[in-house]
Amino acid sequence: MREPTTEVSTAEPQSQATVVPPRIEVDDVTQAGQERHSDLEVKMSVRNLDFWYGKSQALFDNSIDYYQNRVTAIIGPSGCGKSTHIRCLNRIYELYRDHKASGEIVLDGNNVLGSGVDVLDVRRRVGMIFQKPSPFPMTVFENIAYGLKLFYKLNRSELRDRVEDALRRAALWDEVKDKLNEPGTGLSGGQQQRLCIARTIATEPEVVLMDEPCSAIDPIATGKIEDLIEELKHQYTILIVTHNMQQAARVSEYTAFFFQGYIVEFGETTKLFSNPDQKQTEDYITGRFG
Amino acid sequence: MSDTGHSLNGGWRVRDMASRARRAPSSRTDTAFRGFTIACSLFIALLMLGITIALVEGSWESMREFGLSFLWTSDWDINKGVYGALTPMIGTLTTTLIAMGIALPLALVIALLLVELVHPVAARIIGTAVEMLAAIPSIIYGMWGLFVLVPIMQAHVIPWLQSTPLGQIPWLLGGPPLGVGILTAGLILAFMVLPFITAVSRDVLRMVPTVTKEAGYGMGATTWEVTRKVSFRYGFGGFVGATFIGLGRAFGETMAVAYVIGNSFTIPESIIAPGTTFASAIANQFPEAVGLQKAALMELGLILFLVTIVFQLIAQLWLGYVNKKVGIR
Ligand SMILES: Nc1ncnc2c1ncn2[C@@H]1O[C@H](COP(=O)(O)OP(=O)(O)O)[C@@H](O)[C@H]1O
Ligand SMILES: [Mg+2]
Repeated sequence: MREPTTEVSTAEPQSQATVVPPRIEVDDVTQAGQERHSDLEVKMSVRNLDFWYGKSQALFDNSIDYYQNRVTAIIGPSGCGKSTHIRCLNRIYELYRDHKASGEIVLDGNNVLGSGVDVLDVRRRVGMIFQKPSPFPMTVFENIAYGLKLFYKLNRSELRDRVEDALRRAALWDEVKDKLNEPGTGLSGGQQQRLCIARTIATEPEVVLMDEPCSAIDPIATGKIEDLIEELKHQYTILIVTHNMQQAARVSEYTAFFFQGYIVEFGETTKLFSNPDQKQTEDYITGRFG
Repeated sequence: MSDTGHSLNGGWRVRDMASRARRAPSSRTDTAFRGFTIACSLFIALLMLGITIALVEGSWESMREFGLSFLWTSDWDINKGVYGALTPMIGTLTTTLIAMGIALPLALVIALLLVELVHPVAARIIGTAVEMLAAIPSIIYGMWGLFVLVPIMQAHVIPWLQSTPLGQIPWLLGGPPLGVGILTAGLILAFMVLPFITAVSRDVLRMVPTVTKEAGYGMGATTWEVTRKVSFRYGFGGFVGATFIGLGRAFGETMAVAYVIGNSFTIPESIIAPGTTFASAIANQFPEAVGLQKAALMELGLILFLVTIVFQLIAQLWLGYVNKKVGIR
C-alpha cells in the first residue's frame, strides 16, 4: 500500500522536514529537556489533503504528522476547517454524497483514503468523540456494549468486564456503577461525554479524535475530561480540536494552527504559544482575530 | 395527506411545547391559551362520553337479551333473532393482523430507503407516490379490490398459495378460492394503511439526530447496524405509534373491506374464506335493521369504539414508557 512519497516513517531520522508544509520553517527542537521529533513514532501522517464540500474547497494541501502517545491540539478560528480535517481521518465524511477528499492519510503505513481499505476497521482504529455528547438511545451499559458487540464475540461476563473496564478507564465507573441500566441520555452533559469516551476506548482504538469535546459542558466536567486525556495518551494517540487556547496549552504536546483551510503552523505547543513562527499564528494566539 | 399520520407527530410536538410553556413565565396570552386548550379537551371528553352513552342506549336491548355471551357466540340469524359478535370479531382481528403483517415491514423498509439509502430526488418521487395512496378514497379501494384484486386473487394468488407447503394447512388456506375473503380484505387494508405507517416511520427516522448516527458510524458500524441498533431504537416509540395508527385505521375501515370480504356471518374456515368485520357488518346491515338486530349492530359499534379507544390509550402509555426508558426527551 505504501507510496514512495510517504517518507515519514519512524526510521527517518530527520523527518521533521517533511512533517509540516514546506512554506513553514520547522523549529529544530534540541533544547535540553525537550524531546526531539525524531525520537517519536509517527502514528498517522497526512499528506497533501484537499477537501471539498461539493464545489467549495474547505481544506488545502494539509500535511501533518501525528505522534504516537502524544496529544496534538488543533486550533484556529471558527470555520477554518478543523472539524473537516479530523473528519477525514476516520472517513466519516464519506457518509455524505458530495463530500470529497483527496491526498493521503497514512495510518501505520497504509493509506486510509486508498481504495480497498476496510472503512469499518479504520473507524474502529480511529475513534471519534463529537462536540455534542452523543450517547445512543440505550442504557449506560448498552452504550458501551454496542461497540464491543460489533467487533468481539463475548459472553455475558466478558462483556460486563469489558464494559466496567472501559468505564473505569474513562473515570466514570464510580459515578455510574449504580446506573448501568438507566438511559445514557439521563446522565449529566459531562458524564455523557465521558460515556462517549468510554464507548470509544472500549473497542481499543489506536487514535482518538476529539472535536471540541468540552465546548458543550461546564468547567468542572471539562477539568475531568482534561485529566482523562492526560491519562489516555499513554495508550492512544490523541487529537483534540479546541477553541480554548488555555486548554490546548494544558493538554497537548503539539499544536497545529489552522487558518482558512491551511495548516499554517505546526510544532511543539510550548514553542507555538510562546514563540510562533508565523505572523498569523501570533495574531490568533494573542487574540487579534478569531 | 395523512391527517392521522401528521397528527401523531404533531401531537408530540404539541406536548413538547406544552411542557416548555409550563416552564416559561406565564403571561396573559398563556393563560388564555391554556383556558382554550382545557375547553377543547373538555369538549372532546364530553363528546366521547356522549357517543358512549348513545351506543350503550342503542344496544341496550341486545345487551339485556344476550349478556356477555354476545362476545363469544357466532350465531347471527335474523329469522331466529339471535346475534353474536364472534364472527365479526375474528374477521376484524385477522384482517387487521394480515394488513399489519404486510404493511409494517414494508413501511419500515420504504421509510428507511427514503431517509437513508436512495438519492434525495428518488426519495421525493417514491415518497410522493406512497403518499398518494393515502389520498385515494376508500370506496375506490373497494371497487378496485372487487374488480381487479379479487379476480387476480381467485385465479392466481390463492391457487399459488395453496400449491405451496402452506397450502396443506387446512385452517390457513383450505377451501375454494373465491377471491373475496379475509386474505383479500387484509391485502387491501395493507395498501390503505401503508402510507400512514410509512409517513410516520419516515418522520421518526428523520428525527434521529445526525450526531447520534455519526457516532454509530464512528464506532465502525455498518449502515444496517446503525439503523437497527441506533435509528430503530431511537424511533421505536414512534414505530409503535405508527403501528397503532395503522391498527386503528385497519380496525375501523369500512367500505373497502365491505366490498371484498364477502360478508359472511359464519366463522371462516380459513383465511381465504369469506367473513365479516365489525365495521363492514354494520355498513351492510344497518340501513335495513330494526329492533334487536339494530341493537346488536349498535353493540358491535360499541365494541369497535371501545376497542379503538383502549388501543389509543395503550399506545399513549406505551409510548411514554418506552421513550422514558431509552431516554428520548
Ligand atoms: N456540511 C457542510 N457543507 C458545506 N460546507 C461546510 C459543511 N461543513 C462545513 N462547511 C464549511 O467548511 C469550512 C470549514 O468548516 P469546519 O471544518 O466545520 O470548521 P471548524 O471546525 O474549524 O469550525 C467552513 O467554511 C464551513 O462553512
Ligand atoms: Mg468544528
